[in-house]
Amino acid sequence: MAKKQKLILTILLLIVLFALSWVVNIAMDSYVRRIINLCLIYAIIGLSMNVTNGFTGQFALGQAGFMALGAYVVGVFTVPVKLRASVFYAVPMNPLIANIQLPVWAALIGGGILAAFVAFLIGAPVLRLKGDYLAIATLGFSEIIRIVITNASSFTNGALGIKDIPTLNDTRYIFVATAITFIFISLLINSSYGRAFKAIREDEIAAEAMGIDLYKHKCLAFMISAFFAGIGGGLYAMLLGTVDPKNFLFTLTYNFLLIIVLGGMGSITGSMLGAIVVTAGLEYLRVFDEPLELFGVNIPLFRPGFRMVIFSILLMICVLFWRHGIMGTKEFTWDGAREFVKHPLRMFHRKGVA
Amino acid sequence: MDVLRTDGITMQFGGVRAVSDLKLNIQEGEIVALIGPNGAGKTTVFNMVTGVYKPTSGNIFYTKETGKEVNITGKKPSDIAKLGIARTFQNIRLFKDLTVYENVLIAKHLHLKSDFLSATLHLPWYMKEENNDKKEVEELLKSVNLWDIREEKSSSLPYGQQRRLEIVRALATSPKVLLLDEPAAGMNPNETEDLTGFIKEIHDKFKLTVFMIEHHMDLVMDISDCIYVLDFGENIAKGTPDEIQSNDRVIQAYLGVDEDA
Repeated sequence: MAKKQKLILTILLLIVLFALSWVVNIAMDSYVRRIINLCLIYAIIGLSMNVTNGFTGQFALGQAGFMALGAYVVGVFTVPVKLRASVFYAVPMNPLIANIQLPVWAALIGGGILAAFVAFLIGAPVLRLKGDYLAIATLGFSEIIRIVITNASSFTNGALGIKDIPTLNDTRYIFVATAITFIFISLLINSSYGRAFKAIREDEIAAEAMGIDLYKHKCLAFMISAFFAGIGGGLYAMLLGTVDPKNFLFTLTYNFLLIIVLGGMGSITGSMLGAIVVTAGLEYLRVFDEPLELFGVNIPLFRPGFRMVIFSILLMICVLFWRHGIMGTKEFTWDGAREFVKHPLRMFHRKGVA
Repeated sequence: MDVLRTDGITMQFGGVRAVSDLKLNIQEGEIVALIGPNGAGKTTVFNMVTGVYKPTSGNIFYTKETGKEVNITGKKPSDIAKLGIARTFQNIRLFKDLTVYENVLIAKHLHLKSDFLSATLHLPWYMKEENNDKKEVEELLKSVNLWDIREEKSSSLPYGQQRRLEIVRALATSPKVLLLDEPAAGMNPNETEDLTGFIKEIHDKFKLTVFMIEHHMDLVMDISDCIYVLDFGENIAKGTPDEIQSNDRVIQAYLGVDEDA
């Protein structure tokens, strides 16, 4: 297919999806809307994590910390000034910021920028490390961020969290944010910088010998990743309407690790897919958490928590059969889609080979 | 004129003196070989020149295109590559999961002037650079007969082609000096002969200075203008191929001394 044709198809798809988000917003109840919105937000953060982990090959686990920064910037600066006294009832808000209220979009972008800035500061010591050591160090920094937030009570209301954040359970806006993230990261990966990231993933020594400044590019990837994680965190705060340091425990990061591993490390469309499968899957498996009676017998397995067992088994099956995630490092392409429509079974043929 | 010069570099790893007091003078346009038995410190010399190691003592000088000599001792490998020194590796280090085309295109990144935002947004001045790079890569790949296999994964190429691709990738950085670390390692005589021709060809075409480590003496004696011999980190001889072949110390280093004589 010609390049122009593909571009038109992509734009059409985006328009259709946007129209769909409009329909979702009107026709669906708030529960379904919330799940879809959560899918979209998780997709943003999954994409952001894929920039460092999938494309640059740096095993960083700091996403929860960067999300927390974005969420708190939104939380602190968008709560209406007149409600602040009731929110900050234990420790009054610091007078420096007590009267600053930002529009939502400014707070979101501000959160992203703060997260990117912190990533820049953390990057200097941390990005010298590789593999597991980098994972541990970033995990540690993410916890440090959370603990600083817990203790900076006059700014963040400490362990009490912030409530009364103007909520945004509107699929259209969240869809637009996801689409922008998706387009930005796709363009980035297809630019010279994206290729440099991939070179670092493939072989650091060779990349450096080819004139790619390792530290500069790793730091760049880390900052971009943090920026979008911050945006995602901000949207998450607005979806919930409250933020609490406990929302951003390091276990949150594993959700996104799951998304990118399942979707495929180094695949943008894979991250989108992974976000939907993981988020929606966890919700719709809730039937397993409810007691079930078959022919008058109460099946004892069906009790709260059982869905996690099912989910883990499904994950294991997934990882066994798609060792590199659903998409691997491949992307959804229009050519691939056409091929699939023509020969729907061909994709299963090569499975044994890999 | 010396394009690459060292004033007695030494590399000490703990108690081991991998290279001691090595003086190199590499003239512009020459093909220079560095030979020596296993463990003589040849790759260490390359690693010092390309910035992977900082010499324990001594300095390395490089003459830029402008004719200005700069001290490159201990600079970052990426900065040295930007100055115009490219290298290949003893054990092939291609970007395995990427295609032939991507491998070579990545080597163009170091000369990119656009910042990451204009690159991401594909702004006109970036697109101009990008298209220019792509055109150059196309020309380069065509000139070395790799264009037809540009979409192949680099790791799926046969061994000889991988070696060739690694050299081409280094060439794509538009270097002045090309460092080849055992380019003919693991090749049979026919492949070695092809490679010899290839090195000569690119040397003439791109007006390169070639500095290589090699064990295939046919290749070395055939194309080198000057040979340095290392043994246990010491430079035991320097000269033209004829001089080296008749040098007693070199023969001793390679064959050992006959104790009974």
